[in-house]
Amino acid sequence: MKELLIIAIGSALVNNVVLSQFLGICPFLGVSKKVDTAAGMGGAVVFVITIASFVTGLIYKFILSPLGFEYLQTIVFILIIAALVQFVEMFLKKAMPPLYNALGVYLPLITTNCAVLGVALTNVQKEYNILQGVIYGIGTSIGFLIAIVIMAGIREKIEYNDISESFQGTPIVLVTATLMAIAFCGFSGLI
Amino acid sequence: MNNCTERIYNGLVKENPTFVLMLGMCPTLAVTTSAVNGVGMGLSTTVVLVLSNMLISMLRKIIPDSVRMPAFIVVVASFVTIVQFLLQGFVPSLYDSLGLYIPLIVVNCIILGRAESYASKNPVLPSIFDGIGMGLGFTVGLAAIGMVRELIGTGAVFGQQILPLADAAAGKGGYVPVTIFILPPGAFLVLAFLVALQNKAKINAAKKGKKAVGSTGCQEGCASCGNSACVGKIFPTGNEK
Repeated sequence: MKELLIIAIGSALVNNVVLSQFLGICPFLGVSKKVDTAAGMGGAVVFVITIASFVTGLIYKFILSPLGFEYLQTIVFILIIAALVQFVEMFLKKAMPPLYNALGVYLPLITTNCAVLGVALTNVQKEYNILQGVIYGIGTSIGFLIAIVIMAGIREKIEYNDISESFQGTPIVLVTATLMAIAFCGFSGLI
Repeated sequence: MNNCTERIYNGLVKENPTFVLMLGMCPTLAVTTSAVNGVGMGLSTTVVLVLSNMLISMLRKIIPDSVRMPAFIVVVASFVTIVQFLLQGFVPSLYDSLGLYIPLIVVNCIILGRAESYASKNPVLPSIFDGIGMGLGFTVGLAAIGMVRELIGTGAVFGQQILPLADAAAGKGGYVPVTIFILPPGAFLVLAFLVALQNKAKINAAKKGKKAVGSTGCQEGCASCGNSACVGKIFPTGNEK
């Protein structure tokens, strides 16, 4: 139990997926203009990464590993993730329309979010079992949710600030990310 | 051959993937702790980009339109796996320092973006040169960021000590490295300043009445750019509006 807690906190705060591993930078910069949309994107990522880390864990353990096809992991994982995202989208549309309305727009964007593939590959690299893998996935995606929501909150505030002309747009967002990354460095003594 | 040199110029300057299009940000920020890592990552991506552009361009009349994205992904993932094995076998030190980011070349927006927007519509030779140009542009971008970070963070460039370090014990004055530049926050900061410099140049050019260079770039990353390879659905669901 203690070990699982360490994995969860370590992946959510200490090694934050966006601010220290640089996975999922594109949605972090692109979909962080408003808190609502950022929370929607974060929620969709939590949903997909949790399912994806479970499914890729199962496939690796029961299909790729016994057959000696470990070297195919990159190809297999990316196809699983792509198919899974579309399947989740269709399932949500039929079964849970309110949730689909909240997350639906962001789901197709997630396939190219490298955090999903990154989590699947890290689980293999660190030799996590399926439970540990799922916990790592949940921790990582919650770290993403925290980072993108904070970023959106700050961006809503700085929108009306007087920013020097050449720093408007992407540069000021990157400077904000710098300060957030410095703040998250403070978590490194936590475990 | 004029067309081929034009493709290389396009990739290096006009549509530079790092500074103008802002694509492939994850490896750009993650592996540029030193110039050597940046060049290594850039060249690995270039190899994958050239090979996948070539194969996709050869197969462009065979692959049915409705399954083109899964087909592209399989092609790219195969080449990435090959490159991963080559690096592991021949340059193990680079393989160790790039780590997880080598398999993640698969989800680099540049590769799928070029496959979708160029290689699937053009003949083989221009596609190869498009891959070379884009890949070199990416390599130059990564090397530039890596050099700045390495110089400020350790006082060295490409592993060569340029600024003599201070040594308090020996009472010798010199350069005190700013370690934060090789830590994660430094990546964001250096990129912020490089983009700001580029914005400055654009604003100056606009003031002089010239047309801004590369104004078509998507400044907000993959999510908001219209590139269907980045935001599109991998498998068509058939009920899109």
